[in-house]
Amino acid sequence: MANKSPIVEINSLYKSYRKGNQIISVLNDISLNIDEGEFLALMGPSGSGKTTLLNLIAGIDKPDSGVIKIDGIDIASMSETELAQWRALNVGFIFQFYNLIPVLTAFENVEIPLLLTGLTKKERREHVEMTMELVNLSDRMHHYPGQLSGGQQQRVAIARAIVTDPTILVADEPTGDLDRISANDVLDLMERLVQELSKTIIMVTHDPRAAKKAHHIIHIDKGVLNVHPQIDF
Amino acid sequence: MYILKLIFRNAFRHKLRTSLTIVGVAIAILAFGLLRTVITTWYLGVETASANRLVTRNAVSLVFPLPLSHKDKIRQIEGVKNVSYGTWFGGIYIDEKHFFANFAMQPQSYLAIAPEIVIPSNQKTAFFRDRKSAVAGRKLAERYGWKIGDIITLKGTIFHGNWDFVLRGIYKGRDQNVDETAFFFHWEYLNETLRKTTHHSWIDQVGWYLIEITDPEMAAEISQKIDQTFKNSLAETLTETEKAFTLSFISMTEAIVIAIQLISFVIILIIMAVVANTMAMTARERIGEYAIFKTLGFGGLHISGLILGESLFITLLGTAFGIILTFPAAKIFSKTLSAYFPVFNITRETIYLDIVASFIVAFVATIFPAWRAIKIRIADGLRRIG
Repeated sequence: MANKSPIVEINSLYKSYRKGNQIISVLNDISLNIDEGEFLALMGPSGSGKTTLLNLIAGIDKPDSGVIKIDGIDIASMSETELAQWRALNVGFIFQFYNLIPVLTAFENVEIPLLLTGLTKKERREHVEMTMELVNLSDRMHHYPGQLSGGQQQRVAIARAIVTDPTILVADEPTGDLDRISANDVLDLMERLVQELSKTIIMVTHDPRAAKKAHHIIHIDKGVLNVHPQIDF
Repeated sequence: MYILKLIFRNAFRHKLRTSLTIVGVAIAILAFGLLRTVITTWYLGVETASANRLVTRNAVSLVFPLPLSHKDKIRQIEGVKNVSYGTWFGGIYIDEKHFFANFAMQPQSYLAIAPEIVIPSNQKTAFFRDRKSAVAGRKLAERYGWKIGDIITLKGTIFHGNWDFVLRGIYKGRDQNVDETAFFFHWEYLNETLRKTTHHSWIDQVGWYLIEITDPEMAAEISQKIDQTFKNSLAETLTETEKAFTLSFISMTEAIVIAIQLISFVIILIIMAVVANTMAMTARERIGEYAIFKTLGFGGLHISGLILGESLFITLLGTAFGIILTFPAAKIFSKTLSAYFPVFNITRETIYLDIVASFIVAFVATIFPAWRAIKIRIADGLRRIG
């Protein structure tokens, strides 16, 4: 981790939510660096703040205070519109429930993020076909999500996440809704993305087997970080 | 193209709900179109009134006659080109349910002043020659299967007895807006019969004068001169343009027209609520998907565009069906109520109003769901999935 320049730099990050009259503190003084090409697992009990931290890194939520720099850009000070534009180009999302649009085919789902890039239809088709090949789903391009297995749907979601070649990939429980074989396929694919394409992946998981694939595991408990360079399951 | 495909597929995710909404919009547009046509038809006489025609009637009321002797005095007034006259007959054919307008008139001058009434020249000549003859509008003749030469008997209500007329002509309107359900006959026939058989107060009297003037801009001046001529006489006159004369009739029924107008707008409000409800349900179900779109970098405008697109698609499709249905419905309406609405044509303005109404419905129905979809935090939206 020390030899590479950090792609994610987080300093003194605080986040709290208001519930009625109560203010609930979720993240307390988080500081963290993540290097380019790193596969990081965020673990912790429910309500520990790991998904909140992931959302902040991905720019879909804003901190109360602190600095979040992604590839040198401070996203904490961006407006909603700037954040939306930044996300479109720099972040790939992988969700637990795949979150594919059911009325669009696998091809069309993967094409969605490219609609914001200004590519021509032909260029978009080339990008999608290449990405679908990468996730081994060339033969399922024109299937609707309902016609695919959970593992295949998650691979389509991964294809959608990487089709714009984003700076970082964030994954929230990517294997949480999959059986063991499909989960392994998805984890292998994520591992390949790191090894072959040098992608930076930040993954929230409860699954120790999934975490084992990561280079580093960070534990969060009650909004406080606990870094474990290696973990023995 | 991609967005249109998405809007189309989204619209039919709940086929039953979408279909019912489209049917609702179609019925509402049909009802709106028919009601607007009723209003247009109500004002049709005003629209078709000629700018160079005046109507002179008794100053007290239309039910009181004017002496025939007024005609020559009117003719002498500067700016008057031609004068004709007529009398409302109010005869009944078969029974009261078979109503149509029927009146006596001076044929040569009346048809000269009203070129919108088109009669084939041979029929016109036959009509002019035979004082016991009559002409009927095309639609009226079709309704009763009348042919040239048929004897038509009207039972007088103002002028008692049975009156037989030989049908010598069938007229058509010069354009679509002309009433083709009226029945005209010779004023001379009416007057002579009254002379022979009764001591009726309407002998040598007419119901109104129809006056053609040389310059429409002089209408007010000529009207004033005519009324001035007969001031302090036994039959004072009230002269106005044909448009004002027709409007004075309509003003008697203005409350009905306003009620119809209100109902037509209420229909639009109801369908607005129906479409808004459909779009609100749609947006609530898809809030998670909108959160995904936002996560991927799509902004509020994109999300609103998707919702508006779907609302427009449903509303415009329903509107298209509604407009298509309006034409056969208007034909049925016209046939059934031809006695009250001799002309019942869907105008271009009515179609434009239908389209404008549907756009307003689609936009208004989008406001709340779009606002909700834009305002929701991504994290909250994503939590709704799974």
